[in-house]
Amino acid sequence: MPERGRAWRAAGRALAYALFAAFVGFFAVRPAWTHLGPGEAVVKVSIVHRGKPLGECRERSEEELARLPPNMRIKTVCPRERSPLELEVWLDGRLLHREVKAPSGLHHDGPSYIYHRFVVPAGEHVLRVRLRDSVRAAGYPYDRSERVRLDPGRALAVDFDPAEGIRFR
Amino acid sequence: MRTLLRLLRGAFEPFERLAYRLFGGESPFHHLGALTIYLFWVVLASGLYVFAFYETSVAGAYASVERLTHEQWYLGGVMRSLHRYASDAAVLTLGLHILRELSRDHHRGPRWFSWLTGVPNLWMVYMLGITGYWMVWDELAQYVAVATAELLDRLPIFTDPMARNFLTEGSLSDRFFTLLAFLHLLGLPLILVGTIWLHIQRISRPRIHPPRRLAAGTLLALLALALVQPATSHGPADLTREPQVLHLDWFYLPVYPLYDVLGASVVWGLLWGGTLLLCALPWLPRRRRVPVAEVDPAWCNGCRRCFSDCPYGAIDMAPHPDKRGKEISVVDPALCLSCGICEGACPSATPFRSVRELVSGIELPQYPVQVLRERARDAARRLRGPVRIVVFGCGHAADPASLARADTAAVPLECAAMLPPSLVEYLIRREGVDGVVIAGCRAEDCEYRLGTRWVEERIAGAREPHLRRNVPRERVALCWAGTDAALLRRCVEDFRARLARAAGAGDDEAPPAAAAGGGGGA
Ligand code: HEM
Ligand code: SF4
Ligand code: SF4
Repeated sequence: MPERGRAWRAAGRALAYALFAAFVGFFAVRPAWTHLGPGEAVVKVSIVHRGKPLGECRERSEEELARLPPNMRIKTVCPRERSPLELEVWLDGRLLHREVKAPSGLHHDGPSYIYHRFVVPAGEHVLRVRLRDSVRAAGYPYDRSERVRLDPGRALAVDFDPAEGIRFR
Repeated sequence: MRTLLRLLRGAFEPFERLAYRLFGGESPFHHLGALTIYLFWVVLASGLYVFAFYETSVAGAYASVERLTHEQWYLGGVMRSLHRYASDAAVLTLGLHILRELSRDHHRGPRWFSWLTGVPNLWMVYMLGITGYWMVWDELAQYVAVATAELLDRLPIFTDPMARNFLTEGSLSDRFFTLLAFLHLLGLPLILVGTIWLHIQRISRPRIHPPRRLAAGTLLALLALALVQPATSHGPADLTREPQVLHLDWFYLPVYPLYDVLGASVVWGLLWGGTLLLCALPWLPRRRRVPVAEVDPAWCNGCRRCFSDCPYGAIDMAPHPDKRGKEISVVDPALCLSCGICEGACPSATPFRSVRELVSGIELPQYPVQVLRERARDAARRLRGPVRIVVFGCGHAADPASLARADTAAVPLECAAMLPPSLVEYLIRREGVDGVVIAGCRAEDCEYRLGTRWVEERIAGAREPHLRRNVPRERVALCWAGTDAALLRRCVEDFRARLARAAGAGDDEAPPAAAAGGGGGA
């Protein structure tokens, strides 16, 4: 009886180790997670841009300059604060996203940062992204509209370059 | 809350019982903290090997891991699998460790420190695991990296969004991988060592090594898994594509599906809320204060036994106020758990002393030695029958009162180690009791960490105060049955049968050696 009991216990321990390994092995890779469905694609919009100054620059008058210490006599003064960025993303004529992003920095004089990820159905789309960087301008100075083919799983990056404007990549 | 904890403990119980039958005192449930530490050693060793072949660059990372996995599957691949699976197993043992301590109400009272300092470990372990998955730079890594960046961007830390780094292939720099390797290999492990060290600061003699056989078995099980299901990578990361179906490691990465479904605010809410709740648990509600051990300067001679036995480091030695050149023990009430182990350690607790009022050097005011001696003596004197047994039972294990009958008496203790060995001698030699049972928690699973071990050593004569040689060892049985009342009953009945056989065989013939331990452990 003790001999048999010992054998049973050894077998039980082996089984316990096997269950432990099986548990670890199972949840280490299962169940699979579908992050993006088979008919979906992604558009990522990431824009870093400093808006235009909020107000007009102006010239200081002679009296004003005279009152300042000599090392600070600069003729043109511009307001530090920048315009917020206004962004719109349209897909097939439908507004997907609209965002107004304030400039960064304590004095609101830094760039605005925009980042957004959209899941869209795969296939052919007309993607339009437009951006306004000045509260004083009418309309959107940067506007890009293009027919794009988004295969399932494609991640299209949209970013901004001051020289090139909005880019689809 | 109480009901919840009871349910939790009830959920553990059947598994613990089974594991105790199979492993005895080496039951993995009794060594979860030590197992977690051991698994980290395995992770460290295998990780060092894997890193020797790793390339810290955007272009080289994936290929280097692939080469290791396939061209060197017999060693590099196994090491990689071991690295992954030991990390996963550590999350499992860690999770069980937390739940188990919680189910035993070990998060409150003076143990709050252990509980609270456990929490940062959790964050460290997760950060280690997540940065590890990131290093492979496959689709899973990309998924984890982008989601992590997006999550971090929700915190008011960086103005420049981190997620921008993963927009296009060109925006990603090798610098990122250097930073990652630094975090995963050096920064986080060092912090983890520090937080684990802090976690076990307050207790004395923390058990940081699992029993050797348990360690070997665990390693073998993980090795077998590594061979049956080698760890592999997904396809290489490609920032022009979004990962679709992922074979997720649910031990480390459950936060990411949660983010996919619920968004960043909910995930951060859950993470911070959960952390805050964990940190607040010791005071929800606060544990009722029990009177702590008290020292009587007249009876303390500074022998340091209590100092050495206290499992919670609650005793310090100081110069004695009355006895020149001697020391006195001093109890820190903030650390004392009122286990009474010190009471069982003090040599002045001997019941043979003829003083009318027995006062010990150190004792629990709610259960002083005097009361213990009287209860035991009265119980012994009421016993009738051929084999008369006194069962001392720890208050955290099965209640021995259910065993009481004409020839068996039950005396409660706070902890098995609260019993001075001299009281055993007193009952057997002075009161003529045939046998004494000391019952308590399962072997290596003492409610007060070290009680059962101290009892074993004191009875075996390996620790002071020891049971004197003039008491036949066969007259004492240790029943480490835990909450299993049936196991305790069986242990006591076996003992009774042995004593009866010995008595029947004649007074001068020694009975067969008494087995210590009711479970499979001893
Ligand atoms: C890396 C993670 C962790 C490791 C390696 C670890 C390890 C340990 C070890 C070795 C002990 C001492 C066991 C003994 O000697 O009795 C211990 C005790 C303890 N742990 Fe952990 N632990 C970890 C995380 C946690 C966490 C997250 C919590 C809870 C939030 C926790 C709660 C406790 C408590 C309450 C005790 C004290 C038990 C007592 O006083 O009887 N631990 N841990
Ligand atoms: S009662 Fe327990 S915790 Fe308190 S001083 Fe004595 S041995 Fe230490
Ligand atoms: S065991 Fe007793 S005599 Fe020894 S130091 Fe502690 S209180 Fe003093």
